[in-house]
Amino acid sequence: MEIGVGHYLTVGAILFTIGVFGIFLNRKNVIIILMSVELILLAVNVNLVGFSAHLNDLVGQVFAMFVLTVAAAEAAIGLAILVVYFRNRGTIEVEDINVMKG
Amino acid sequence: MILSAIAFYLFAAIIIASAVMVVGARNPVHSVFFLILAFFNAAGLFVIAGAEFLAMIMVIVYVGAVAVLFMFVVMMLDINFVRLREGFLQYLPIGALVGIILLIELIFVLTTQANVPEVLAIGAAPAPEISEVTNTHALGQLIYTRYIYLFQAGGLILLVAMIGAIVLTLRERPGVRKQKIADQVGRKRSDAVEIKKVSPGSGI
Repeated sequence: MEIGVGHYLTVGAILFTIGVFGIFLNRKNVIIILMSVELILLAVNVNLVGFSAHLNDLVGQVFAMFVLTVAAAEAAIGLAILVVYFRNRGTIEVEDINVMKG
Repeated sequence: MILSAIAFYLFAAIIIASAVMVVGARNPVHSVFFLILAFFNAAGLFVIAGAEFLAMIMVIVYVGAVAVLFMFVVMMLDINFVRLREGFLQYLPIGALVGIILLIELIFVLTTQANVPEVLAIGAAPAPEISEVTNTHALGQLIYTRYIYLFQAGGLILLVAMIGAIVLTLRERPGVRKQKIADQVGRKRSDAVEIKKVSPGSGI
């Protein structure tokens, strides 16, 4: 029952798949899509930490921290854009976001 | 060893179950709560892997900031979530197809992984023994020396994100009465008080 890198990669792969699946499933709700993106980034972090433990190398954890930073910034900006969009249009349905379309 | 294996499987199972609930829950508020649960259990996985600092950062940043931000936006926006759910199952086949293909590809990658000894030997920054230096200490020694420029760039990203979020959501609303401290401080006695000579018997 040794927990190796393969276990972590499996968890990461399943999480990543659920994230991508969630983007397709909730095609209308931007908030759930943003949450799915967070799940995908979490899967990446699980992979990085798993390899960091496997290779006994700290660089993986350093990069997981940078992924965390970017995820936090992305959530803040994405939700700010969402709030502004809702204030202007009164809806957040993805299909209604087509103002730029010619 | 058996204990850590049991903990790993428990955390992994809860992560995956709550991730499924994040994308499948009817109410977005429930989605956010399941996202928080997934982050907590991911922190547990990180502790098992020996990344204690990252686990704590995970709890603080993701649960304390990102998930609360999501909760705030979900509750602040007055959205008809029932209408957003319409046609939910319409996308299920294509989503399932893409997901299954992706999972199969990832499984192929996992099953064909090869541990090349040369790669294992050239560790970029070997983790020191946990009995000598704690995980946080070792990470700090690495971040503030070799990765100082990346660290600064990360700070810059957060600064830009903060300024961007403020600029995006700040708005001037007309008709709102605000306290203007400069006006209050700059007010003079001559503006407010006036002495009139009143002659007896006649009004002002």
